[in-house]
Amino acid sequence: MLPFDFDYYRPETLQEAVELYQKQAGQGKQVIFFSGGTELITLGRIDLAYVDAVIDIKGIAECKIIKSEGSQLLLGSALSLTQIEEANPFPLLTKVASEVADHTARGKITLGGNICAQIFYREAVLPFLLADSQLMIVGPEGIKTVQIHEIFQGQLQLKRGEMLVQTATDRRFIEAPFYAVKRRQQWDTGYPLITLAALKIGQEIRVAISGLCPFPFRSAELEAHLNRWGQAAESRIAGALSVLPKPILDDVEGSAEYRIFVLRNLLYDALSVLEGSRV
Amino acid sequence: MALQQITLHVNGEDHNLTVRSADTLLFVLREKLGLTGSKPGCLNGDCGACTVNVDGWPMKSCLMLAIEAVGKQVTTIEGLHNTPIQQAFVEEFAFQCGYCTPGFIMNCHSLIEQHPDADGQTIKEWLESNICRCTSYIEIEKAVKSVLRKD
Repeated sequence: MLPFDFDYYRPETLQEAVELYQKQAGQGKQVIFFSGGTELITLGRIDLAYVDAVIDIKGIAECKIIKSEGSQLLLGSALSLTQIEEANPFPLLTKVASEVADHTARGKITLGGNICAQIFYREAVLPFLLADSQLMIVGPEGIKTVQIHEIFQGQLQLKRGEMLVQTATDRRFIEAPFYAVKRRQQWDTGYPLITLAALKIGQEIRVAISGLCPFPFRSAELEAHLNRWGQAAESRIAGALSVLPKPILDDVEGSAEYRIFVLRNLLYDALSVLEGSRV
Repeated sequence: MALQQITLHVNGEDHNLTVRSADTLLFVLREKLGLTGSKPGCLNGDCGACTVNVDGWPMKSCLMLAIEAVGKQVTTIEGLHNTPIQQAFVEEFAFQCGYCTPGFIMNCHSLIEQHPDADGQTIKEWLESNICRCTSYIEIEKAVKSVLRKD
């Protein structure tokens, strides 16, 4: 139970959702778009989150879509991670999503909620970073489609009143060989340390990482080192580790040194698996 | 708008209620409907003691607002009557203190409904969502496997 009250709205169209947001925000209220809502419910309970009004987007058809359109796969932001896992239209996403929280919680956590979360892991974004996906955003200025790298820098850079509606991903990335793993310091169910997702498209290996820095990322500089095919894996990985973004997390879940040790091994594993499938 | 009149469909019956938008489903089940089988544990979505079944799928009722459950079929442990999984928990003695048991049973019940042919990996993945302080995990695994085999 949350220790504060808020108004709850469940619009059925994107336009209604955007107008509701503007109206509530215009009255000076703190408003959020709400999908799975797990972050508001858990952080709100301990006074780390507060809202005056909640706009639940689960009744909006565009936000619930799983559809192939032309060469693209469209996924709605209000799909639960379990719905995505069960339908399995994007095996790399299924693999990455299946490591978020636990199975029952994933029935509530949504794709958009995870990508837009305050918690820094936001692993669900990794496959979309690897696949150069397009994001459909709606806001006061209407609907726009944006390349993910233009709008995701550590987190989704949404303007006030904007929300993520769908992702659109080209089929050639969905069918590409991939490697994804989530390493934990303790047991199979402990808190995550590092999640690495990698994909091979043509002769190019792409890598995206969560849990190393206080934001998920994909780095062109890091990938350039990994793709220096004439060099030994050891030196390519050393090069990749020399250009990591900063800061490296250094906390109770793992020291910075330990995280880099784990990452080094994950990169070896990724190269070994994906180079094995090299054609 | 902070208070709402809603109808919740719980265990086959409609209930007309006035709830705060901020009330969790767990709170409303226990405090408004007197259905105390769903247990408050961590209240943070970690322990699974409050698990119920919503439209056939397991749901941690501390992670769901009551208002989000409007239009859905909610089943709590009180809504199960002599199901195979309940019988299996008794036969395998799959509990000690019993506090986590309703949540485990509701999760197992959902698993059996959704994946009656679940393999070991699927069972493990689903049941990772619940924690048993008395560590009856082996017996719980035996219970769910015995029902899946019967199916």
